[in-house]
Amino acid sequence: MMRFILPLVAFIVLVVFLAKGLFLHPHEVPSPLIDKPAPGFSLPRLDLPAKKFSPADMKGKVWLLNVWASWCESCKDEHPVLLDLAGQHQVAIYGLDYKDKPADAKAWLNTAGNPYTLVAQDADGRVGIDYGVYGVPETYVIDKQGIIRYKQIGPITMQNLRSIILPMVHKLEKES
Amino acid sequence: MRKLLAVMLLGLLPLYAQYAHAEQVKDMAQDLAEHPIKDPAVEKRLINLSQKLRCLVCQNESLASSHAELAEDLRRQVREMIEKGMTDKQITDYLVARYGDFVLYDPPVKETTLLLWYGPFGLVLVGMAVLFYQLRKRRRLIKEPELSPEAHHRAAALLNDEEDNQA
Repeated sequence: MMRFILPLVAFIVLVVFLAKGLFLHPHEVPSPLIDKPAPGFSLPRLDLPAKKFSPADMKGKVWLLNVWASWCESCKDEHPVLLDLAGQHQVAIYGLDYKDKPADAKAWLNTAGNPYTLVAQDADGRVGIDYGVYGVPETYVIDKQGIIRYKQIGPITMQNLRSIILPMVHKLEKES
Repeated sequence: MRKLLAVMLLGLLPLYAQYAHAEQVKDMAQDLAEHPIKDPAVEKRLINLSQKLRCLVCQNESLASSHAELAEDLRRQVREMIEKGMTDKQITDYLVARYGDFVLYDPPVKETTLLLWYGPFGLVLVGMAVLFYQLRKRRRLIKEPELSPEAHHRAAALLNDEEDNQA
């Protein structure tokens, strides 16, 4: 009897591991920035390049930093979700226009609608590197103390907006 | 007919290889034109270091060989850090702080990577223990065949015969 049970158990263990491996997302690399202060920067605004935006301005607020670009195709898939979220007025979305031409970015927002409270231009992608961006779109949930609490790699969907991001925002709103 | 087609396609392979190589040379030349080498020592360190770092976009390509735009930006950043006189350790720490241990092709030994580093040795030990146990069990199963007195006689006779022949 043992003759058959042992290989069967070994086979089942192997299948469990392989099945688990099948549902991993190797492209989602966990960010070391979670629970760390959001890196500081001071970048020109897309609408008023003479004025700068800095995350320090956001102290005391829960906000989303959405890294996007007009050349990014999956950002276009995400765009309706952001517009919907902006319409709900639950949390402010700030954009980081990553390695983009300001004219292209403005044209895109004019035609598709603008979900952002404000957009900062990261023309050469240096701030993106500080935030560990490796594939736009990426979204950071930042708390009142300026700490990154969650990072979404890839487009936000209605589903993870409802199940992860909004509950997190509501929880953070209650913190001081 | 099918064979002929296969041979023809195979014949085209070197052409493709040459084309790919030419493209690569062109890329390198373009890269050089955009960033002229100021200091060969810096470039050498950059290549050395970026071979040990992973490109996060292509994941199985090093930062040295990747054409992804992020890889170019990161090489630029690393080049600037080398020029500033930062040590290799400082530079890798900078990247790990932003992208995690995943950027290193050589993951550090720590709590979460113990299984990765020592798991294979553990598996070898388990395998050896199983092998040892099985071999011992088998040895116990093999019985020495007992010879009947008759067989003994025959064996002795044969052995004697052989000795006689040799003499």
